Amino acid sequence: MTEKHEPVASLIGQRIPKQDAPEKVNGRARYVHDINLPGQLVGKILRSGRLHARILAIDVSAARALPGVHAVITAADVPTQTIGVTRDNPPLKGDKVRCERDEIAAVAAETEELADAALALIKVEYEDLPLLLDAAVAREAEAPLIHDDKPGNIALQFDYEHGDVVKGEAESDVVIEDRFGLHYVTHACMGVSGVIADFDDITGNLTLYSNTQVPFLHKREFAEVLELDPNRIRIIQPTIGGGFGSKLDIYPFEPICVYLARAAGRPVKLVFSRAEEFLASPTRQPARVLLRSGCRDDGRLTFRKVDMLLDNGGYTSWGATTPMVMMQTFSSLYRVPHCLYHSTAAYTNNPYAGSFRGYGNLQATFAVEAHMDKLADAIGMDPLEFRLLNAQEAGEVSGQGMHFRSCGFKDCLRTAADRSDYLARRQQNIEQRSTGPVQRGVGMASMLHVGGGAKIYPSDGCGTILKLDDFGHVTILTGASEIGQGSETVLSQLVCEELGLPLTSVTVVNNDTDITPWDVGVHASRTTFIAGNAAVGAARLAKEKILKAAAAATGQPMQELDLRGGGIVQRQDGSTLMTLDKLLRSMHFQDKADLVITSYYYEPPSVHQDDQHKGDVSAAYAWACQVVEVEVDSDTGVVRLLKCTAAHDVGRVINRLGIEGQIEGGIVMGQGYALSEDLAIRDGHCLNPGFRDYKLITAPEVPELDLSFIETMDGEGPRGAKGVGEAPAICVAAAVANAIENATGVRIYQLPFTPENVYRALRAAAHDPPV
Amino acid sequence: MPLLHEIGFVLNGSPIRLSVPVTMTVLEMLRGPLNLTGTKYGCGEGECGACTVLVDGLSLNACILLAVECDGREITSIEGLAADPAAAGLRRAFVEAGAVQCGFCTPGMVVQGKYLLDTRTGTDRAAIARGLEGNLCRCTGYRKVVDAIERAMGSTEGAGGD
Repeated sequence: MTEKHEPVASLIGQRIPKQDAPEKVNGRARYVHDINLPGQLVGKILRSGRLHARILAIDVSAARALPGVHAVITAADVPTQTIGVTRDNPPLKGDKVRCERDEIAAVAAETEELADAALALIKVEYEDLPLLLDAAVAREAEAPLIHDDKPGNIALQFDYEHGDVVKGEAESDVVIEDRFGLHYVTHACMGVSGVIADFDDITGNLTLYSNTQVPFLHKREFAEVLELDPNRIRIIQPTIGGGFGSKLDIYPFEPICVYLARAAGRPVKLVFSRAEEFLASPTRQPARVLLRSGCRDDGRLTFRKVDMLLDNGGYTSWGATTPMVMMQTFSSLYRVPHCLYHSTAAYTNNPYAGSFRGYGNLQATFAVEAHMDKLADAIGMDPLEFRLLNAQEAGEVSGQGMHFRSCGFKDCLRTAADRSDYLARRQQNIEQRSTGPVQRGVGMASMLHVGGGAKIYPSDGCGTILKLDDFGHVTILTGASEIGQGSETVLSQLVCEELGLPLTSVTVVNNDTDITPWDVGVHASRTTFIAGNAAVGAARLAKEKILKAAAAATGQPMQELDLRGGGIVQRQDGSTLMTLDKLLRSMHFQDKADLVITSYYYEPPSVHQDDQHKGDVSAAYAWACQVVEVEVDSDTGVVRLLKCTAAHDVGRVINRLGIEGQIEGGIVMGQGYALSEDLAIRDGHCLNPGFRDYKLITAPEVPELDLSFIETMDGEGPRGAKGVGEAPAICVAAAVANAIENATGVRIYQLPFTPENVYRALRAAAHDPPV
Repeated sequence: MPLLHEIGFVLNGSPIRLSVPVTMTVLEMLRGPLNLTGTKYGCGEGECGACTVLVDGLSLNACILLAVECDGREITSIEGLAADPAAAGLRRAFVEAGAVQCGFCTPGMVVQGKYLLDTRTGTDRAAIARGLEGNLCRCTGYRKVVDAIERAMGSTEGAGGD
């Protein structure tokens, strides 16, 4: 008992390999695609391929008669319940088709070939209806209605206001107004969508093997749409092949798979093809933005007025609610004394949008950061100084009621500018314009995003149960879902740090609604912050219980004891008094057995937005500034991203390896949004449902990356950390737009910056040069 | 039913004889009758690399390669590399470099990494990145995948062992 434990090196901020990486590199991780249940059938969906039509008749008799086909269902065979954010989407369409992907019928068969053959035998009679392919046209008075009960084709509208923009404009020395266009992109998760539905034929209980990002919300929603008792639904999440927001809503294929399993009396697995993944997944919300902004000659922003039109597509998923995040960027990224925001999402016969990493913020930031550069130019101030002058600081409460308790925004701006030599390069590029077809440009953009959860649902919390066994091994049962972001590793670090245990002593269980405590889901960059605080809370309760028992066992005062290196130590000198496993066994195997099992539910101290969309919706806010360097070839329109210098206020780094991975991956996703990804929706149809024509960024295109972490040690965050998952993707496109302007003198207002679009924009500008 | 054809090949070091439909791809054969699910379906048209396997030492997309074309050849899938001590260094490098997030592209990346290690077409980062051009990843931004392969190349001089 004389062995001494010096304060063990902290696990916080270390480079910790992801805990599930070994099974993933060995090909042993089992995704939903890899699971096969005894008796399992193949489920497939018949889609309309039409955009707007009345369904007159569906004849499934030939499909039903095909041997090996065990279920054929249409809307007539299932409950009339609807899904979606405003419950406007019947999983199977009975009366009307509203977009290309619409689900008309579904089959369950012994093999994929039989399922395809059965689909081919289904006859549907349609009567085509007039098409609405443009959100602006959909708002016209004489436009036909996509949903009979939605006058004006309005899906959702948002209005927000603080101050008085008329007054703000009157006080302005400079006023600018521009229109911006944001295009369709999609998540393109490497693992295609899929689900397995399995009913126990004796109990009637349903087990769903699902990729959902929100298992506990889905359990309730599935119960509603399936007209099932929620007590009979268990959701198991196998390893998930990418999420990025795409799995935040129930989509039709999921209830359809359950209906098939119920009809067939056998488990059914329904997995998309890649083409189907492109056609029938949510997109990022496309948008048209009219932005009017002003400032004074001294550089102070005066007002911002925003009018947005969102193409809602045929049904309403989360995309239509992204204005709740967009308005935060318009109102609160910088100090704006007067702000007026309006958005309308209008139904059309186009695809519909869901939530996607950044949740509207890429779109809003694209517009705001263009105006920051333009306003700075107009008053002859450099863009960095202009941003610093208007940047929020710690302690401020924005016009929208967001309280920035920790705020490293100015540090982010200065760090990114210094490390990229932004000001000097910007000037140099302006001076060297028109010396040849290939120009260099630098561009800066910043962002604000929730970093401490987002109070959208009745609770924004997460539960954790912690169990220590007789050998000192700790099991963390957390509601937090893992979709590749590395939450299991961060939670392990936080718990082991509290309990003085090595990372080899921990197991995380995080994928089964029958086992894990409630969590609102993996979204809003909330897991490190919310689930982290829940895990720390449970670990602290366990530590208190252990130290109390240790005090009784050793006769030493509890406050002089600590947990380190797998043992009970003297807090002062680190000498070991007893090993943890021995103490745990002595607690367990006594007359009144005492197990160390604790539970903790963390609810962040945030509030819901009020009816005017004001309120401190997150317990912390994340900030970032990114400076990009591009090369623009005006002969070909090709824009190459050479470098991205990113400075992120992350509160505190928990896992350096993990956070680098999040930020690098996010920047490259933002690069794709800016330069290469373009889901070509023409006349309502997707023209490029495959990786050949939908261009993800590939390894050789990745720019040089320079990452800086600004550690503001947030007072509410676990060990000071804030959320970071969405932040890195948000400002890349905005920065690239500013860099193209720096390189060429031409500002492009419409994404994406594909060679054709850039070439056309540069030619147009050359023929009609700005005055 | 499509025509069946009997083929023989070496899979991960073991000889296999099997009757396959002539239309069956190597991906379908591995994931179906052979129950080796480490090789992933990502696109089915040879664009994403999630199904990368080695056939006689060449890295190929199993989704656009017919099983009957592999008669008499040697196939290595991720399960073969997982059991191969000579690939342990590469696998460990992927873990330690943080090259894995959702992990769906990872088996294909590891197999492609082994191909790059074996063929040594170039050891600088740009050459490694070019060698990964046919493998899509939506999570990592590729930098840490390049790190992993660079690390494996640097530490092992081709053998990829411990």
